[in-house]
Amino acid sequence: MSLTLPLLVIIVLSIIGSYLARRRALSVSGGDIRHLASLPKQHGLNAILSTAVPAMLAIIVWLFAARIMEYRGAAPIWVPLGIMALALLGLVLSVMKVSNTFRARTASETWIKGLLIGASTIAIMTTVGIVFSMLFESINFFRQYSWTSFFFSTDWSPNFRGNSDLGILPLLWGTLYISFIALAFAVPTGLFAAIYLSEYATPRIRSIAKPAIEILAGIPTIVYGLFALVTVGPFLRDYFAQPLGFGDSASSVMTAGLVMGIMLIPFVSSLSDDIINAVPQSMRDGSLGLGATKSETIRQVVVPAALPGIVGAILLAASRAIGETMIVVLGAGAAARISLNPFEAMTTVTVKIVSQLTGDTDFASPETLVAFALGLTLFVITLALNVLALYIVRRYREQYE
Amino acid sequence: MEDMYRMDKAMNAQQDTKISARNVNVYYGDKHAIKDVSVEIADKTVTAFIGPSGCGKSTFLRCINRMNDTIDIARVTGNILIDGEDITDPRVDPVQLRAKVGMVFQKPNPFPKSIYDNVAYGPKIHGLARNKSDLDEIVERALRRGAIWDEVKDRLLEPGTGLSGGQQQRLCIARAVATEPEVLLMDEPCSALDPIATAQVEELIDELRQSYSVVIVTHSMQQAARVSQKTAFFHLGNMVEYGVTDKIFTNPEDPRTESYISGRIG
Ligand SMILES: Nc1ncnc2c1ncn2[C@@H]1O[C@H](COP(=O)(O)OP(=O)(O)OP(=O)(O)O)[C@@H](O)[C@H]1O
Ligand SMILES: [Mg+2]
Repeated sequence: MSLTLPLLVIIVLSIIGSYLARRRALSVSGGDIRHLASLPKQHGLNAILSTAVPAMLAIIVWLFAARIMEYRGAAPIWVPLGIMALALLGLVLSVMKVSNTFRARTASETWIKGLLIGASTIAIMTTVGIVFSMLFESINFFRQYSWTSFFFSTDWSPNFRGNSDLGILPLLWGTLYISFIALAFAVPTGLFAAIYLSEYATPRIRSIAKPAIEILAGIPTIVYGLFALVTVGPFLRDYFAQPLGFGDSASSVMTAGLVMGIMLIPFVSSLSDDIINAVPQSMRDGSLGLGATKSETIRQVVVPAALPGIVGAILLAASRAIGETMIVVLGAGAAARISLNPFEAMTTVTVKIVSQLTGDTDFASPETLVAFALGLTLFVITLALNVLALYIVRRYREQYE
Repeated sequence: MEDMYRMDKAMNAQQDTKISARNVNVYYGDKHAIKDVSVEIADKTVTAFIGPSGCGKSTFLRCINRMNDTIDIARVTGNILIDGEDITDPRVDPVQLRAKVGMVFQKPNPFPKSIYDNVAYGPKIHGLARNKSDLDEIVERALRRGAIWDEVKDRLLEPGTGLSGGQQQRLCIARAVATEPEVLLMDEPCSALDPIATAQVEELIDELRQSYSVVIVTHSMQQAARVSQKTAFFHLGNMVEYGVTDKIFTNPEDPRTESYISGRIG
C-alpha cells in the first residue's frame, strides 16, 4: 500500500478537524465568543496542527526506518493504518479539548515553534550530513594514499593505472592565485562604483546605472567562460603575454582572474551600495558641517561606518571566487602547475574535482576518492574564511557600536 | 557689578554686525519654508531663535553655513553676508565657509570613531595642529569646553557612539568648537541634556560669546532668556519679531510673540 492514501486522509481529516473545532468552540461559548479564552479560528488552527503534524512526522520516520532497515517494496499494511489512526487521534483529542478555558492559541503556537525548530534542524543536519559524507570518503582516500604527499607534494599527475601523484598544492596555488586576481580587480572597481552610485550619482543616473550593473549578476558563468575563451584569452595573449615575453598561452591565470573579477563586480558593488546607503545622513551632515569635503567625508566617515558590511561583501565574493569552476576551465585551462607567471595556464581545486569524477570511474581508487579530499579541503578553507569574516565584523562592531 | 560689566560689554559688542541676512527665502520643492527673512546678527553676542515646531528655525540656521546645499530639493534665494562677504555667491566654497561657521545638530551625531578622533577630526582636516602633542592639547581643551572632559578623560580611545545621548551631544559640541569657528550655530543643543549638563553648556555659550558670535535654536524660553542678548521669534516661516531678549520677553510688540511666550500658541 502506498503512502498517498494516508497523505490524502491527513489533509481531509485536518480540514474536518478545523471545521469541527471551530463549530464546537462557537457552541461551547453559547454564541458569544468573548467567553472563549481563544478565538474559534485558533481552535481550528490547533486542530489542523494536532491532526497533521504528528502523522506527517510518522511518515517521515517510517521513510527513514525503511531505508535504514533496507526494507524494499510497499510498506506493510499496518504502517498506513497506524498513520491514519494517529491523525484521527489528533483530530479527536483536539476537538474534545475545545472549551471556554482552553488556550488554543498557546497550544498552536507551541506546534508552530516545533515546526520552525524542525526546519532549522533540517538545515543544520544537511550541513552535517554533507561534511560526514565527504569525511567518510576522504578517510577512505587517506587509507590508500599518504596524507603527507597529498598536502605537501607539489606534483599533480593522476594516472588511472595507479601510481599517481596527487599533491593538492598546485591546485590550491591556482585557486588562490586566480581568486586573488579576481578580487584585486573586482573589489576596487565594485567599491568605487558603489560609492559613485550612492554618493555622487543623480537619481536619474542611478536608476539607469544600478540595474545595468546588476544585469552582470544574471549572466550564467558558462557565458563568462566563453567570453574568456574567445575574447579575453586571445586578447591578453596577443597584446600582453607575447610582446612582453610571458609565453603564448591564451588560457591563463590572468584571463580567468579578470573574467571572474568582472563576474564579481555586481556582487561587490550592489551589496556595498546598499550598505553605504544605510549610513545615516546625519553622519555625513556632521562631517560636512565641520568643513570636510565630500571626499574626506566619504573616506573618513562613510566608508569606515560601512566597513563591517563591506568586509562581509568582499568575503562573500571571495567564497564565490574560490568555488567557481566554469570560468576556470575555459579561461585558465586544466594544467596543474605552480608558477608565478600570470600568463601561464593553471587550474584550480574545483576543476580537478570535476575531472576526477567524470568518465569511467570506480569509486574505490585513490584517483577518484581524491575528489572528496579536495572537496573537504575546499570546504574547510571557505569555512575558515567565513569564521574570519564573522570575527572581523564582530570586533569592528564592538569597537564602534 | 559683574552683571553691569557684562551688559556693558554686550552692548559694545553689538555695534558690529557679523551676519546680515537679506530677504532670505527657502523652498523645499513647492513648500515655502522661510519667507523673506532679513536679520542682522551681531558679533560677540548670543542670538536665540525661538518659535513653534516646524516654523523653520533649523532651516534658517542651515542657510548660514549653507548646509541646505546638501538637500537636493532645497532652494535658497536672497543674500547672507558674513563680515560683508556674500556667502550665497556660488563662487564661495561651502567647505571653507563651514570651517568658519561651525554647527551643532539637533540630534547628536558622533562619528563611528573613538572619542579622541571625533574631536580631532576637524583640526586634522584643517591642519590646525602641527604635531601630536598640539593635537592632544586641542582635543583636551575642546572636551573641557564641551563640559565632558572629566567623564571621558580615561576613555578617550573608546568609541564616541558608546556614550549616552547627553554625553554624545556634548561630544558634538566639543567637536564643533575644536575647529575654532568664528560663528557657532547650535540647533537645540540642550534638548538631550540634564539640568547640570545644560548649565555647563550654557556657561560654555556665555564663554564663547567673548570671542564668537553664537546662534542658538531653543524650545526653552528660560534658556533663551538666560543665555541670549538678542532673540528672534519665528512663526510659520516668517520672522515675526527680532530684538533685545529682555524686551521680547517682557514687552513683545507682536501679538503672536506675546501669545507664544505666554504659552498660547506652539
Ligand atoms: N529636508 C526637508 N524636506 C522637505 N521639507 C522639509 C525638510 N526639512 C524641513 N522641512 C519642512 O520645513 C519646515 C521647517 O522645518 P524646520 O526643520 O526648519 O523646523 P524647526 O523650526 O526647526 O522645527 P523644530 O523645532 O521641530 O526642530 C517644516 O514644515 C518641515 O516640514
Ligand atoms: Mg529644528
